[in-house]
Amino acid sequence: MQEAIYIIYLLGIAGILCLYRILRGPTAPDRVVALDALVPIIATIMVLFALYQGDGLLLDISIVYAILGFIGTLVISKYLMGEGIGDSI
Amino acid sequence: MIGLILMAIGGIVAIIGAIGLIRFPDVYTRTHAQTLSNVGGCCLILFGVFLEGFYSIFSIKALFLIIFIFLTAPIGAHIIAKAAYKSGIKPKVVLDEWKARK
Repeated sequence: MQEAIYIIYLLGIAGILCLYRILRGPTAPDRVVALDALVPIIATIMVLFALYQGDGLLLDISIVYAILGFIGTLVISKYLMGEGIGDSI
Repeated sequence: MIGLILMAIGGIVAIIGAIGLIRFPDVYTRTHAQTLSNVGGCCLILFGVFLEGFYSIFSIKALFLIIFIFLTAPIGAHIIAKAAYKSGIKPKVVLDEWKARK
């Protein structure tokens, strides 16, 4: 499916704008918000590239990457709150 | 064909969310733009992939990713806002409901 490469271009522009906020955020939660916006964009780019190639290898990698990005967001937020990993929220 | 239209709309919504991530003045308003970019952009594109995949393995795994992003995007935005409030960033609003509750 050759048309998926144009959607990858659109998502690449969105990812570059998120990278600007990651580099230039004044505080740490700004960077975490931009990172949490960037992770599903990269997972969607992986799915679209798998659709462009016609090969299903990148689909599993995108699911695992989305799960690890969510866990990373949770751990950084707990660290910013000043609590341990096992404490209740 | 309708999957391609959904993918194009999703890409434009993702760009709008990223512009909001740059233009908004505060952490608590940027979480709004982040959730818009996740749910409105990426889930719409993945639903287009689900329609274009013709019930192959692409459709099943795209449906898994849609359900996962729908579940985790509000949780992430909520916990980042709570962490920002607890680490001492004051919100730029007139009415602070959490401070009034304590």
